Amino acid sequence: MRWVNWHLSKRDRLIAGGAPILLLVVIYLIMAAARHSANPSDKILPLPGGMFTAMANLLTTPDPLSGNLVFWADTLASLQRLGLGLGIATLFALVLGLLIGALPPIRATLSPLVTGIAVIPPIALLPVLFIALGLGETSKVVLIAIGVAPVMIRDIAAHVGSLPREQIIKAETLGANSWQIIARVALPQAMPRLLQAIRLALGPAWVFLISAEAVASDIGLGYRIFLVRRYLSMDVIIPYVAWIALLAILMDVALAALSRKAFPWAHGESR
Amino acid sequence: MSALLSLKNVWVEYGDKVVLEKVNLEVAEGAFLSIIGPSGAGKSSLLRLILGQETPTRGTILLDGQPLKPECGPDRGVVFQRYSVFPHMTVLGNVTFGLECPAAPFAARLFGTARRKAEAEATAMLEAVGLGDSLHLYPAQMSGGMQQRLAIAQALIKRPRILLLDEPFGALDPGIRADMHGLITRLWRDYSLTVVMVTHDIKEAFTLGTRVLALDKRRHDPHAPHRYGATAVYDLPLRGPPVPAPEPETAPEPVAATN
Repeated sequence: MRWVNWHLSKRDRLIAGGAPILLLVVIYLIMAAARHSANPSDKILPLPGGMFTAMANLLTTPDPLSGNLVFWADTLASLQRLGLGLGIATLFALVLGLLIGALPPIRATLSPLVTGIAVIPPIALLPVLFIALGLGETSKVVLIAIGVAPVMIRDIAAHVGSLPREQIIKAETLGANSWQIIARVALPQAMPRLLQAIRLALGPAWVFLISAEAVASDIGLGYRIFLVRRYLSMDVIIPYVAWIALLAILMDVALAALSRKAFPWAHGESR
Repeated sequence: MSALLSLKNVWVEYGDKVVLEKVNLEVAEGAFLSIIGPSGAGKSSLLRLILGQETPTRGTILLDGQPLKPECGPDRGVVFQRYSVFPHMTVLGNVTFGLECPAAPFAARLFGTARRKAEAEATAMLEAVGLGDSLHLYPAQMSGGMQQRLAIAQALIKRPRILLLDEPFGALDPGIRADMHGLITRLWRDYSLTVVMVTHDIKEAFTLGTRVLALDKRRHDPHAPHRYGATAVYDLPLRGPPVPAPEPETAPEPVAATN
């Protein structure tokens, strides 16, 4: 059988997908065990027990200065920044994307500006944001929003612009005005694409979040990772990175499920 | 009888490419005009002109004696070969949308009693095209023939002065196409429609139309093929419009089914 036709069963897919991950874990454990047999106080490749002890401390013991449970406080702070940044970007993407995609004069006015902002590397703006907005929450949220919004706006605008011309004509012959075409024809069809755009923006959004937290912060997942780096605390860094990965995966899965649930017509389902 | 739609000396040019030249056309109320012609002879351009999607380079188009606005409007309904229906609306939603537009310019949808009234009207129209059982399906869940029935219902709910069909049955298989021919003939008669249909199927043009218009280039310059546009080379009245309803519904299905 050709490989292009070789479809795996669900069980086989789980085995095939799990194997490389398991392999990496096993390689790590072997290397960690080897290092620890040579030097029991090795910090570079901590064993699971070491990670567990370090994390249990962060999870359950309140920080003596702030009284917070550090891990949960970090998570909450980071998710709040990420949520706000992505939320603002999503709002802009929806409104501007629809207007740029559906209305030629708005496209002519705003499209060059959005393109211009999109080509600026957002991290290069970080000093500007810190100077202009201070080192607080605002600059971090704005960095995420500026970082992901232009791509999302352009994606939604392109999607709306590529709706079949026939649909727009048809709506006009049904007596729809520009607003009704945006609200009833363009907006509903842009929504699944918007969720898709958020899923794709999650990766860059995390990059900007961790960068902003690394540079100037006193709480957050990125802040903690860069803080404990000074003490070579791989036993905290590795679980934190794994936690970030898990959060990102959960968000991605949730958005995909939401899209299927809310917009079945876009997924060819309920046949 | 005065013409419902009249084109006077209409030209369509894109740069120095002439698509249509000197088109003069009068369409009477109740006519079923079929437009045929080879590819690139400007059939679709002519339809887009009547639709208001394009404006003629020269000449005038009158609808009910008034100059046509260069924008699509609810007085002209249209069914395209594809993409005529909204994939994100149910069958009922697709047809109700046409009633919601004039009634709710800001909310863009109706609520309560007004909504139920509009839905009842839409349901009646859908039953007329044979989609009474599929009100809550999405277009992607229906066959091509059902989607075109929906597109027709969607256009007719606005009671357009003219119904424009752009190769509406071109993508359907022959059996379904015969059914659709029966349907459109019946609707044309029941609703006293004026229909302009572009098709590349000559048999379809003659079985459905009361009048067949053939577009082609009268002159051809082999060194500059784009310099001459197409115009009506044949204009064949088949039956006198408007046609009184023939008693038995022996529509020309079997003939059309053979292609």
